[in-house]
Amino acid sequence: MAQLALTNRISLRRPGRGVLLLAVLVLFLALWTVLRGTHTLALGAADLTSLHRAINDFNDALGASRNSNPVFLYFFNEIRLVVDEFTTFLQGLLAQPSFGRPVPLVGWLGVVALVGYISYAVASWKVALPATGGFAFLGLQGLWQESMDTLALTLAAVIIALVFAIPLGIWAGLSDRVNRLLTPVLDLMQTMPTFVYLAPLTLIFLIGPASATIATLIYAAPPAIRFTAHGIRDAPRETVEASESLGATTGQTLVKVLLPAAKRTIVLGINQTIMAALSMVTIAALIDAPGLGQTVVKALQTLDVGTAFNAGLAIVVMAIVLDRVTSTAGQRAGRRRRPRRGAVVARRVALVAGGVLTILAVYLSATYVWASEFPPDASFGPAIAQAATDVTNWVQNNLSPVTNGFKDFFTLVLIDPLQTLLTESPWWLLGALIVAVSVLVGSVRAAAVSAGCVLLLWGTGVWSDAMATLASTVVATLIVMVLGVVLGVWMGRSRMVDRVLRPLLDAGQTMPAFVYLVPFLALFGASRFTAIVAAVVFAAPVAIKVVADGIRSVSATTVEAATAAGSSTWQLITKVQLPMSRHALTLATNQGLIYVLSMVVVGGLVGAGALGYDVVAGFAQGQLYGKGLAAGVAIVLLGVMLDRLTKAAAQRSR
Amino acid sequence: MAAPTELTAPTSVQADPVIAVRGLWKVFGARPERVPADPSLAALSRRDLMAATGCVAAVCGIDFAVAPGEVFVVMGLSGSGKSTLGRCLTRLVEPTAGEVVFEGEDILAADRRRLRTLRRDKFSMVFQHFGLLPHRRVIDNVAYGLEVRGARRAARWARAQEVIDLVGLGGNERSYPDQLSGGMQQRVGLARALAGDPDVLFFDEPFSALDPLIRRDMQNEVVRLHHEVGKTMVFITHDLSEALKLGDRILIMRDGKAVQCGTGEELVGAPADDYVADFVHDVPRADVLTLKWVMRPPTANDVLDGPELAPDVVVRAAVRTVLESDRPVKVVRDGELLGVVDHEEILATVAGE
Repeated sequence: MAQLALTNRISLRRPGRGVLLLAVLVLFLALWTVLRGTHTLALGAADLTSLHRAINDFNDALGASRNSNPVFLYFFNEIRLVVDEFTTFLQGLLAQPSFGRPVPLVGWLGVVALVGYISYAVASWKVALPATGGFAFLGLQGLWQESMDTLALTLAAVIIALVFAIPLGIWAGLSDRVNRLLTPVLDLMQTMPTFVYLAPLTLIFLIGPASATIATLIYAAPPAIRFTAHGIRDAPRETVEASESLGATTGQTLVKVLLPAAKRTIVLGINQTIMAALSMVTIAALIDAPGLGQTVVKALQTLDVGTAFNAGLAIVVMAIVLDRVTSTAGQRAGRRRRPRRGAVVARRVALVAGGVLTILAVYLSATYVWASEFPPDASFGPAIAQAATDVTNWVQNNLSPVTNGFKDFFTLVLIDPLQTLLTESPWWLLGALIVAVSVLVGSVRAAAVSAGCVLLLWGTGVWSDAMATLASTVVATLIVMVLGVVLGVWMGRSRMVDRVLRPLLDAGQTMPAFVYLVPFLALFGASRFTAIVAAVVFAAPVAIKVVADGIRSVSATTVEAATAAGSSTWQLITKVQLPMSRHALTLATNQGLIYVLSMVVVGGLVGAGALGYDVVAGFAQGQLYGKGLAAGVAIVLLGVMLDRLTKAAAQRSR
Repeated sequence: MAAPTELTAPTSVQADPVIAVRGLWKVFGARPERVPADPSLAALSRRDLMAATGCVAAVCGIDFAVAPGEVFVVMGLSGSGKSTLGRCLTRLVEPTAGEVVFEGEDILAADRRRLRTLRRDKFSMVFQHFGLLPHRRVIDNVAYGLEVRGARRAARWARAQEVIDLVGLGGNERSYPDQLSGGMQQRVGLARALAGDPDVLFFDEPFSALDPLIRRDMQNEVVRLHHEVGKTMVFITHDLSEALKLGDRILIMRDGKAVQCGTGEELVGAPADDYVADFVHDVPRADVLTLKWVMRPPTANDVLDGPELAPDVVVRAAVRTVLESDRPVKVVRDGELLGVVDHEEILATVAGE
C-alpha cells in the first residue's frame, strides 16, 4: 500500500516545472509565428497616445496654477524655495560668483585645504593626502567650477537627507512598528532606477537645481535610514538591558549605549548616502543640474568622447575621494583599541595647527584672486581630452574589425532575435507568457504582480519601447550572470582571487552609473550594444560578490565530506557548491537585473533608444514630456515586476 | 530514604521576604492575558497551549519568596523559562499576570518613573554575556549606574574605585572591556551591579560563558562577596553543582512551571518527582546530604555509647568518625537522640546508593 502511494505521488508530480516551462515557451513560439506583427502597439518616436497628451495638459495646467494653487503656494513652492536657497547658498560658497563678488566665497585653495583638514580630522593623514591631491587634480583638469557645482549639490542633498534620515533611522531602530512601516517603502525606493525619480519631481518642482537636489536627497536618504536603524537594532541586547536594569531613561540609553554602539554603522550609512547622492547629482544633469554631469551629458550628446572622458574622470576622482574619506572614517569609528596617550596629544596638536593653516588658506582664497580661481594655464584638461580622443580615433580606425565584429556578433545573435521576439509579438500574447513564466518560476502571488504590471505597461502606451528595454535588460542580465557564476565561483573558492578582485569590484560599485558609458562609447560608438556592455560592467560587481559570498558560505564540513568522498573539482562545484548556493544565485540575478535595468535606461543617452530615450527626450522637449513621464512609469513597472519575480524565485529556492 | 517527615516539608521563609512572587505568568503571543485568566487554558501543557492558541507560556504561575540575605537559585535547563522569570522580576520583560512584591511594594503596579527609581536604587543585575559598554573604560562602565542617576563624576569615580577594588580588579580601571579576559569582564559586570549599593542582586547565568576553572573562581568570589556585603541574591543557572554550591534554596523549573523548591539537601534527599530525581542523580550525595538524611532509628542491638554528632553534619565530614568507631555514631540534637549512623549507612551514601 505504501509502495503504491509512493509511486502515485511520483507520477502525480510529473510533468515537472522544467517541462511545463518548455511547453509554455513552445506554445508561445508557435503562436508568435502565426500572429507576428499584429497588436504590437509600436509607437513612433514622435507619436503620442491620448494618455501622454493628457499628462502634457496636466503639466501645463500645473504650470499655469503654480502660483495660484494653494498646495503649490503654501507647500511645494515653499519646499522648492528652501531647497533652492540652501543649494544656491552652498553653490555661492564653493562654486558660483555670489555675495556681490565676482568669485565664490571660498576659492580653490580654501576648498583643497578644507578637504585635507576634514579628511585628517575624520579619517587619517593617509587619506587626507590623496584627498587633497584628488581635489587639486580636479582643478588641474580645468573642471574646478563644474566639480564644485557637483560638490555643492551633493552636499546640499546629503545634508538635507541626513537631517531627516538619521532621526527617522533612530525612530525605526527603536520602534518595531515604524521599522515595519518603513522597510517596504525603502525597499521600493532602492529598487527604482535613479532615473525615474526625476520625471515626477520635475512635474512639481520644475526643471533645475532644486528638483535635482530633491531627487538626489530622496534617492540618497534610504541607505542612511536603513543603516542607522540597523545599527541601533544590532546593539547587543544584554548591554541595552543592562542599561535599563540600572534605571537609565530611554534617552540615556539612546545617547550612552545605542548611538555609540551604532556609530560605525551610521557612518557607513552616511558613506552610502554620499555615494548615492554623487551618482544621482551627475544623472540629474538631465534635468539641468549644473556640474560635471552636465559636461558629460553634453559631450555624450555630441559624441565628444574626449571631453566626456575628462569630465567622467573628474567624477571618478571625486567619487574615490569621498568614498575613501567616509569609509575610513567608518573604520575609525569602529576601532575599539584606543591609541596611546602620546599619539592622542600629537594628533591634537596637529588638529589645532592644521585648523589654523586651513583658516589661513580659506582667508587667502577669499581675498586673493590667485587663491580663488584655479590658474587656467595650469590646466591639462584639454590634453587629457585630446589624448582620450586620439585613443578613441585609433581604436575606431584600427580595432574596429574586432570591436565591430564583437558588437555585430552579439547584436545579431542575441539582442536582435530577442528584441524581435518581444517587440513583434502581440502584446497580449507576450503578457500571457510573462504571467505563465511568473507562475512557473515564481509564485501565484508573483504572477498576480506580473499581470498587474503587464496591464499597467499596456496602459502607459509605451509597450513596444518597454519590451525593447526588457530585451536589452534580459541579454545584459544573462551576460552578468555568466560572469557572476564564473568569477564568483573562482572568487569563492580562492582566497587569493578574492583578495585581488574584491577591491576592484568595490571600487566599481562606488562609481556613478554615468561614467561607465564613456569608455564603451569610445569602443563601440553609439548603439544598444554600448548601453548593454556598460550595464554589464555596472551590474557585474554586485552579482559576482553575491555569488562569491554564497559559495564561501557553503559549510566547510560539507565541502570536506564531498572531497573525502572523492569528488573532482568540477563535481564539487556542480554537485555541491553551486546547488547549495542556489539562493545566492537567484539573489545575484535579482540584484543584477535591478542594476542592469537602471543602466540600460541611462544608455538611452548613447543610442540605446527605447524607454531611456523616451525619458531623456521628455526632459528636452515639451511636447514629449508626457511620454517621457509614461516611460519613467514603465521603467518602474518593469523594475517592480522583475524584482518581485526574482524574489519569488529566490523564495522558492530556499 | 527513610527521612523524618517533618524534615521533608519545604523550608519556609521565616522573616518578611524581600521578594514575594505570587502566580507569576509570562505568555508570549497574541492576546496573552487570556491564558492565565482562563483556568482551562492555564492547565494546558506548553505544547497543547501552542496548538490551541499559538501562544508560548514561558513562565506559568510561579510562586516563591526570598528572605533577606538569602541566596535564592532558580535552576532549569534551557527553555525552562528561568531567564524570563528573572527578567520579569525586574520588569525587563513585562509579566502577563501575577504579583511581584518587593519590600512590600507590588512592582508590577509601579509606573515608569517609580520603576526607574527602583532599578537605580534597589536592585541590579549581572548578565550572562556581561552587557558591558565596549566604548567605555572599566571605571566608566562600573560608574554607569551612578551616572544615569546623575551622580557627579568625582563621586561616582570614587565609588566605582571602591567596588573595583572589592571585586579584585584594582589596576584595571583604565582598560577597555575587550582588553580583559572573560572572567575579568564579568568582574566588571559584578562591580557595576554592586556600585549602586542595591538591596538585591540578580544574576542571569553569569558564569555560563566562562571556562570551568574561571567559573569556579567566580563562584567563590560570589560566596566571598555574599559574606562581605550580605546582599540578597537571586541567581539563575542551568548548572546544578553551581546551584548547590551557592544556593541557600533552589527552585527547579521545567517548561515554565516550578517543579520543586527547597534546600540542596531537600532536593537530593527527597526529590519531588522523577524529573528532579533524574536531575540530582549524579550529585555526590555524601557532599550534600547531612546525617539526618541517612541516620536510622536505634535498634535494641545497638550499643549506644559511641561518639556523638549533630544532625546537620555533612556525611563526608562524618565519614572518618563513623568508620573509626566500632560502635554506631549517635546523632544528637540538644541532648535528644535522633538516630544512629553506622558503617552501612555511611558506605551506602558515599557509594551513591
